[in-house]
Amino acid sequence: MRENKELLNIENLAIHYITDDGTVKAVNGINIKLNKGETLGLVGETGAGKTTTALGIMRLVPNPPGEIMSGVIEFEGRDLLKISEEEMRKIRGNKISMIFQDPMTSLNPVMTVGEQIAEVIEIHQNVSKQEAMEKAGEMLELVGIPKARLNDYPHQFSGGMKQRVIIAIALACNPQLLIADEPTTALDVTIQAQVLDLMNNLKNEFNTAMILITHDLGVVAEVCDKVAIMYAGEIVETASLEQLFENPKHPYTVGLFGSIPKLDEEVDRLKPIKGLMPDPTNLPSGCKFHPRCPYAKDICTKKEPKVTELENGHKVKCLIYEGLVDVKEVK
Amino acid sequence: MATAKKSKKNKKRSQWSEVWRRLKKNKMAMVGLTILTIIVLLAVFADFIADYDEVVIKQNLKERLQGPSAKHWLGTDEFGRDIFARLIHGARVSLKVGIISVGISIIIGGILGSIAGYYGGLIDNIIMRTMDIFLAIPSILLAIAIVSALGPSLMNLMIAVGISSVPSYARIVRASVLSIRDQEFIEAAKAIGASDLRIVLKHIIPNTLAPVIVQGTLGVAGAILSTAGLSFIGLGIRPPAPEWGAMLAGGRAYLRYAWHVTTFPGLAIMTIILALNFLGDGLRDALDPRLKQ
Repeated sequence: MRENKELLNIENLAIHYITDDGTVKAVNGINIKLNKGETLGLVGETGAGKTTTALGIMRLVPNPPGEIMSGVIEFEGRDLLKISEEEMRKIRGNKISMIFQDPMTSLNPVMTVGEQIAEVIEIHQNVSKQEAMEKAGEMLELVGIPKARLNDYPHQFSGGMKQRVIIAIALACNPQLLIADEPTTALDVTIQAQVLDLMNNLKNEFNTAMILITHDLGVVAEVCDKVAIMYAGEIVETASLEQLFENPKHPYTVGLFGSIPKLDEEVDRLKPIKGLMPDPTNLPSGCKFHPRCPYAKDICTKKEPKVTELENGHKVKCLIYEGLVDVKEVK
Repeated sequence: MATAKKSKKNKKRSQWSEVWRRLKKNKMAMVGLTILTIIVLLAVFADFIADYDEVVIKQNLKERLQGPSAKHWLGTDEFGRDIFARLIHGARVSLKVGIISVGISIIIGGILGSIAGYYGGLIDNIIMRTMDIFLAIPSILLAIAIVSALGPSLMNLMIAVGISSVPSYARIVRASVLSIRDQEFIEAAKAIGASDLRIVLKHIIPNTLAPVIVQGTLGVAGAILSTAGLSFIGLGIRPPAPEWGAMLAGGRAYLRYAWHVTTFPGLAIMTIILALNFLGDGLRDALDPRLKQ
C-alpha cells in the first residue's frame, strides 16, 4: 500500500479564453484530488478542456487570451495560483513536469538531445555542465536509448525515440507530479504500448504521481488508478478504475463505453453518442450534456446538477442520481 | 573514453559539416567562396605585395595615367600611383567596412527584432513602426545624413552603413522569432522552468540564425557598395587612403583617355559583390534543411 498523502488538490478551477468573438469557457469549476504516486486518467473528447486543465496546473495558459478565473490549485500544501512567477519557474520541470502531445515538435531541432536533457538538470540543480551531461546520459539509458546518442540531434531519432527523450527530460529532476498530455496519440500502436510501459515502470520506480490526459479508454485501463471523465469543461464522473469500468454511472460515460467495440459481444453497429460537443462560447443551460443525453427531461435544461457521491469515491454529476429524473437504469 | 570523446567532437560538428557538404555541391557558391578567399588573402598580405607608404600613397607624377604594363599591372592613376597596389590595400578597407557594418546591423537589428517578436503587442508595435520610419528613408540617404552629422571617418562610415540596414535585419529576425515562438518546443522549454532570457538565447536565436547568415552575406556586398557610393561622393574614406569607391570617383575625369583608372576599381567592386551573392545564395540553399536529400 502506498502512503496515502495528498499531493494535488484542485478546487473549483475555472479557466476562460477571452477573445473578441466571445468568451470560451474551457474549464468550468473542476475538482481534482490526487495522492502521491497515484495515476489519474483525465478522459474526454477533443475540446473538453483537458489540455487547458493541464496548462492551468503548470500556470502556462497563454495569457492573453487565457485567464484563470477562479479556483485553488494546491500542490504540496501551497496554492500555485498565489505564488510568484519566479517560484513557479522553480516548480516547473522540477516538481511538476509535463509531456506534450507531439514528440515531433516538442524538441528543439538545433540542440542535441543531450543538451536538452541536461538543460532541465542545469536549471534546477546546482551542478556543472559536465555533471548535468553525465546525468543526461543516465536518463537516456533509463529510457532505453544508448548513451552514445547523447550528441545526436532530434531529427536523427524516430518518433517513439523522441517521445522517450521527452520522457527523460520530464523525469530528469525526479518530479512529484507528471502531467502527460496525450503522450501516445502521435505514435504507432506498437510504439504506444512500449512508451506506456516505460512511463508506467518509471513512474512506479520514482513513485511519481501522474495525470494522464487521453481520449483512449484502453490506455486508461492499462495505466490509471483513478479516472475523471471530462465533458465541456466539467468533470462529470470520478471513480476508481474498477468502479468506472464495471459500473459506469453518467450517461456520457456509458455512451463512451457504448462507442467502443467489445470483444465478447457480437454487435452489428456501435452506439456512438449522438451530436457534437457544444460550442464552448455558448454552453447549454442546466446540464451541459442534456442536448445529447438520451435520458434528458425538461428539468435537465434548467437545473445544473450537483456532484453526488454514490459509493466510496465514486462521484457523478447528473440529476438522475439526485433523484430528480426518473430513470430505471442507465445503459 | 578517448574514443567516446572523439566521437562526441565529430557528432557536435555534424550539423555544420552537413551544411558544408551541401554547400560544396553548389558550383556557383564554391566559385564565390574561392574568389572571396583570394581577395581576403590579398588584403591580408597586402603589405608584403606592395608597401603602403612607398607605393600606395606616394605620388609619382612622372608616371601618371600610364596604361597596364609589366611594371604596373593595372596601370597608374592621376598621381602616378600603382592601381593594383591601391586595389589590394583598398580591399582591406572595403572588407573591414563590409563585415563590421553588417556586424553592427545584425547585433542591433537582431536584438530589436527578437524583443519585438518575442514580446509582441505594444513593444512590437513601437519597435517595428520605428523601423518602418527608418525603412521609409532610402538607406543611402540615411547613411549620408548620419555621416554628415558625425563627420567623415572610417568608424562613422561603418556606423552609418550599419545603422541604415538595421531595419531589414530587425524584420527578418522578428519574422523568424514569430514563427518559432509558437512552436511546441518553446512551450516545452517553459514547462521545464526556463526563464525568458534563456528561452530567447538558447532556443529561439539559434533557430533564427540561418536566414540571418544568408542576409548577412548578401548584406556585406550591399555595405561595400554603400561605402563605395559614399566615398564616391566624398563622404567616405579621405584621400590619399585607397578605397575602391573613391578610386572610381577620382578616375572619372580621365575616363576618355585613361579607361583603366576607373575600370579596374569598378571590376573589383563588381567581382567581390558577385562572389558574395553567389556564396549567399549557396548558403541559403545549404542551410535550408528541407532541401536535404
